[in-house]
Amino acid sequence: MAKPQAAVQNKRTFPFKHFVGYLFSIVLTLLAVWVAFESELPAKVIMNVIYIFAFLQAALQLLMFMHITETSNGRIQTGTILFAVFIAITVAAGSVWVMSAGHS
Amino acid sequence: MGNAHQQTHEGLPLEYRSETGKLNILGFWIFLGAEIALFSTLFATYMVLTGRTAGGPTPQELFEMKGVLTQTFLLLTSSFTCGLAIHQMRLGNLKGIYVWLGLTLALGAGFLGFEIYEFMQYVHEGATIGTSAFWSAFFVLAGTHGVHVAFGIGWIGLIMLQLAKRGLTPETSAKVFISSLYWHFLDVVWIFIFTSVYLSGMVMSHG
Repeated sequence: MAKPQAAVQNKRTFPFKHFVGYLFSIVLTLLAVWVAFESELPAKVIMNVIYIFAFLQAALQLLMFMHITETSNGRIQTGTILFAVFIAITVAAGSVWVMSAGHS
Repeated sequence: MGNAHQQTHEGLPLEYRSETGKLNILGFWIFLGAEIALFSTLFATYMVLTGRTAGGPTPQELFEMKGVLTQTFLLLTSSFTCGLAIHQMRLGNLKGIYVWLGLTLALGAGFLGFEIYEFMQYVHEGATIGTSAFWSAFFVLAGTHGVHVAFGIGWIGLIMLQLAKRGLTPETSAKVFISSLYWHFLDVVWIFIFTSVYLSGMVMSHG
């Protein structure tokens, strides 16, 4: 079970993954700002787009910086976080829906 | 999992090599799952109370994109430098860890400075935690995140002291790695505060 995983060991000295993660995070942040203030899209579309960008950025952090899939525990770690995200979306989106449905 | 090979994870980075280190890291991921649930309740409260300003100041009047973007880039960069510290740790370079972690903490302190200034500005303009339901939710959400950042600075600082005392061992490296997970997580939470509090708040004003 605990067999060595060569893929985990970071022999390369240049932290390629980190630079890619950082670059894309900056791009996604700036894109979100642009969409929010300059794009002239309907508010609903803007909201959807910036939330998609936020989740993408969160995934970048988890994969590029936090190495969530590393070692034989990677699956459990990923499963735990995905479950927590499910709970979070249920709590947040569910609350908003419950409090706005039926009255304005 | 319950196998008896204590030191057989030869191909793995130092922080995973002891069974304790590996399990502590897994345990911390489970803790982060609980933190996500905690923050989700604060986000839910905030989203539900959006617009409940009770005739007081509105976020559209007080939010300022410049300061918020500065905060965002400070924290984002600190998450990056924190990752570089882990990269140095895996190369066995203790000095590199100090440099990048030190920079991480400095950027984190800069973020906190901006946030405290922002809060003071709001209070000055008449939006305190007691002004309206909206501002209560705002200060609790952003404040809980800020307190996490402050705690992280102290925690990582102490771990750096321990590193200086004990050097890189399976135990200390697991602690450094776990505190790095915590720091990255704070950036993840901030991304959502940035999106659902600041960006959304301002889109709704001209949408």
